[in-house]
Order: sequence, then structure tokens, then C-alpha cells
Amino acid sequence: MRQPVAILLALVVLAVLPTLAAWAGSPATVPLATRILIYGIAAASLNFALGYGGMISFGHAAFFGIGGYVVAILFTHWFNEAPIFGLIPGTNQLLITLPLAIVVSGLFAAAIGALSLRTGGVQFIMITLAFAQMLFFLFVSLKAYGGEDGLSMRRPDAFLGLNLRDRPTMYYLTLVITVLFFAGLRRLVRSSFGTVLDGIRQNERRMEALGIATYRHKLFAFILSGMGVGMAGALMANAMRYVSPDMMHWSRSGELMIMVILGGTGTLLGPLYGAAALLLLETWLAGWTEHWSLGEGLVLLAVVMFSRGGLIALLRRRT
Amino acid sequence: MILIIEQILNGLQYGVMLFLLAAGLTLIFGIMGVINLAHGSLYMVGAYAGTWFAALTGSFWLGLPAALIAAALAGAALELLVIRRLYHRSHLDQVLATFAIILIANESITLLFGRQPVFTLLPEAFSGSVELLPGLFYPAYRLLIIVAGLLVALGLSLLITRTRIGMLVRAGATNREMVRVMGVDIRMLYTAVFGLGALLAGLAGYLTGPISAVQVGMGEHILLPAFVVVVIGGTGSIRGAFVAGITLGVIDTCLRAFLPDLLNLMMPVAQADALGLGISSMGIYLLMAIVLLIRPKGLFPVGAT
Repeated sequence: MRQPVAILLALVVLAVLPTLAAWAGSPATVPLATRILIYGIAAASLNFALGYGGMISFGHAAFFGIGGYVVAILFTHWFNEAPIFGLIPGTNQLLITLPLAIVVSGLFAAAIGALSLRTGGVQFIMITLAFAQMLFFLFVSLKAYGGEDGLSMRRPDAFLGLNLRDRPTMYYLTLVITVLFFAGLRRLVRSSFGTVLDGIRQNERRMEALGIATYRHKLFAFILSGMGVGMAGALMANAMRYVSPDMMHWSRSGELMIMVILGGTGTLLGPLYGAAALLLLETWLAGWTEHWSLGEGLVLLAVVMFSRGGLIALLRRRT
Repeated sequence: MILIIEQILNGLQYGVMLFLLAAGLTLIFGIMGVINLAHGSLYMVGAYAGTWFAALTGSFWLGLPAALIAAALAGAALELLVIRRLYHRSHLDQVLATFAIILIANESITLLFGRQPVFTLLPEAFSGSVELLPGLFYPAYRLLIIVAGLLVALGLSLLITRTRIGMLVRAGATNREMVRVMGVDIRMLYTAVFGLGALLAGLAGYLTGPISAVQVGMGEHILLPAFVVVVIGGTGSIRGAFVAGITLGVIDTCLRAFLPDLLNLMMPVAQADALGLGISSMGIYLLMAIVLLIRPKGLFPVGAT
């Protein structure tokens, strides 16, 4: 009974956040909150593969970048009125670019997952990293799309006549998508598919003995996870109006993993808390000292060494 | 022809560097089961400590022991304070903890030495070139690195195959639990192996100083290729690390040197350069993916863990 009340309360706070921020005269709050929600989606998607499926992927930033690049590339072609390969017209309609970003990252996740899942353990960690690095270097070398410098978008995509350049509007759109995403994820985790996945993580051989095609289940979970991260990337491209290969850098994959662990592996809302904690910590330390990553490193180390189960476990222990 | 030999030698030199790092990584992984992302930080520590001491004393050769001692001490401290608590944790926790160490190490070095790259002075005796073949001049210092790397490889293989410690190391890589059950003080072995790995990383870091700049983040640049070497060679296998290190070093260097020119035959220079660079950077990762798909345990798998 208590949990729904707490979530409702949190939603109310999130809904009035832009008003509060305007009242408190801190314009940086709304973009920060938008980024937290977007990273929360990405981390929760990674957590679906990592926490629920037991697949430690060190390459999920690739899907983040792909989602972002789909949006930015389509926009650039639309803006320059030059169809891709002279055939496919670009577009700036969010209703097209967002689903397309999800589908394309899903396709990449299918290819990468199908190959990577033939290995396991450390080899799986390393091969996912390898694929992400390949995509990273591919986009670095694509001079047509900005290469190392990335690609900026003159405007965000158009969506139902809303002005997404207006920060509160972008925030509310992200908030709505976030709520829908987590509602969907909750259903997925509690579905029979989610239960099977949980079983595979605990004991793959036993699940196989029960007659379950574990490879196919894991692959499907990996694809769904990649799609979620891709969606987050597409939203990020709209929020920042800029994409670059940096979105796929391996340290970005590491950051997503940190958010998952920080919040709590294998929990529904944990990664969202983890994203919030990490980004708030970064912002706070960066405002305090130029050497903020020293503090961040120390905090991370402490969290890994001394806490089991992340922030969400701490919260649960308190209540 | 001369150009090709020169690039192969460059590749050999890079491969030897990769081997020095990968040897430590593969032992640490094979024996302790720890993924140590902070290995690149030890490489950086060695480079900075050696360069600093060399600048202080004005002698390249005095910098060398300083680099080795600093890296080994940093490695031993890392093992005692952090890594020791991670042996029984999941790979995920290990990745994160050592990732945090990277952040801490990079920022500490920035605080101590600033963000500007530092240059190591070249030892005078090796500042010239050597004529290897008629018309083929090659920098003496790079030859020194190749020779030093090969000597270390020889020494390591003797250590691993001929000594008691080496026997324990091999046994540990094959079956950790069994070694412990046989009454070996495994904790001493762990610290020793970690220190040795750190020493090799420090050596590589210091030797690379005069060729490329010593700067914050240099460790991460070489860390991922070194991991690729470990995985391709088979985790825990020194021989695998050597073969894979040299092979990857040569392939990577040759791709970088020749691919843009080859592509240039088909497209304009600017595009060929960018695409060539991109594809050659992808090369080693592509190779790793292929090797893993054909032989999931790497080229020279060690026992079962």
C-alpha cells in the first residue's frame, strides 16, 4: 500500500518541477532533470539485460549512439533536402524518427546479440565491448556525418506542434515517455517471459533441462534492452540537439553500468535512482571543483566496496 | 619494400608493448579471476614516476628503476587495499571498482603534474639510427624497446616454465581451488603476481615515454587493445599473450600505415584518410570478434576454470 503512495507523490513532485525551478530561479534544473530521466531509461534498459538476464554487456553505449544518430541523420537529410542515398527522404517528425531509432537499434542489438551470446563470461563482456568500439570508430570515420566532431541539429524534431526547444516542454514529453516506459518495463518483468529470464540468470542449465530455449530468450531480452537504450539515445539527441561518437565511447557504457549498480541491479526503479544519483553528484562536484572526477571515483569505489544492492537496498533497509 | 619492413618493425615494437601489458593482465585474470581495468593506470604511474625522476636526475637510466618501483608499489597497494576484497565478487563489481580507480588515478596525476603532456628525454646512446639493411635506417631506441620486450618475454617464459613460482602460477591458472587445497599461501602468490604485472606495466609505460607523450589518459588508450590481446590469446596464457600481442601490433600498425593509401586509389584523399583510420581502428576488434566466434576461449586456452 505504501509504495503506490510514494510513487504518486514522486510523480506529483516531478510534474511541478519546472514550476518549482522557475520559482526558485534555477533554470539549469529542468535540463538536468530531463537528462536524468533519459539516462534513467537507458540504465533501466541495460538493467533488463544485465540485472534480469545476467548478460553483462559492456557495449550498450553503442545503442545509445545509434538511437541518437538515427534522429540526427534523418534531420540532416531533411534539413538539406537531400535524400539518403538519393532514395530515402529525411524527416524531422518525432513520430517517425523515434520509432525508427528504436527499430534500428533493435536490429543492431539483434546482430550483436546473436553473435555475442555464443560466448559467455568475460568473453561476453569483451565481445560486446568490441562491437561497440567498432561502431564508435565507424562513426568517428564517417566524415559525411561530422566524424569526430559529431552532428548538431538546428532544431529538435517536430511533434504535434509542440515546441520541443522550450525546455519545460521537452521535459514533460520525456517525463510522459519515462512513465510509459517504466509501466511497460514493469509488465515485462512480471510477465512469464520475465520469469523465464530470471530463471535463466539463476541457473541456465536447469532452465535448459526444463525444455526452454535459453539462447532465444536471452537474445530477445538483449534486443529489447538495446531498443530501450536506443530510444533514450533518440530522446537525448532531441534534448541536446547534438550527437557525437562520444555517445558510444566505452566509458559511456561504463557510466550506464555504474548507474545500474549504484541504484540496484535487477530492480525496476533502481537504475533511475542510480542515474539521478550519479548525475547529481557530477553536477554538484563539478560546481565545487574542477577535479570532480576524483570525488566521483572515490564515491563509486566506496559504493562498490561497502554496499551490496545499491541505493534501493539502502532505501528498503530504512523503511 | 623498405617502407614495409619499417612498418613491420614499428608493429613489432607496438606488439611488444601490448605484450608487456597483456602479460600482467592475463596472469591477473587467469589466476585471480579479476578483470583489472586499472592496469592502464599502473602503466601511466610508471611513465610519470620514471619521467619525473629522469628529469630530476638528468638520466634516462635512473628513471627506469624509479618507474618500476613506483608501478610495483602502486600495484601492491592496489591489490592490498582494493582488489583483495573483489576476488569473490562478480565481474560486474570488479569492472566498476577498477573503473573508479581509473578516475581516481587520472585525476590524482592531473593534480600532481597538470594536464600538459610530459616528454621523456631519450637516452643519448640510443638517440641515433641504425642501418639494419642497406638503405634501411631504423631508430635505435625503438630497436631497444623490441629487444627489451623480447628479453622480458624470454625471462617470463623461463620464470613460468622453470621455477617453483611459475609452477604455482600455472597451477593457479588451471585450477585455483586445487592450489589452495594443496596448502599454498595463495594470498602471497596473488600479491606477488599482481606486483609483477604492475612492474611490467610500469616498464611498458616508461619505455613508451620518449616515443609518445606521457599524459593523463595514456593508460586507457592502450588498455583496450591489451585486453583484446588477452582475450584473443586465451586468458591466463603468457604464450597466447605473446603471439596475439605481436600479431595484433603488426596488423594494427600496417593497417594504419597502408590502408589510407590503398583506399586513396578509390576515393579522394580526405575521405580515404578518415575511412582508413576508422577501419584500421576497428581492425583489432573485428579480429577479436572473429576469433571469439570460432574459438570462444581464445587461441591458447588454459585449463578449465
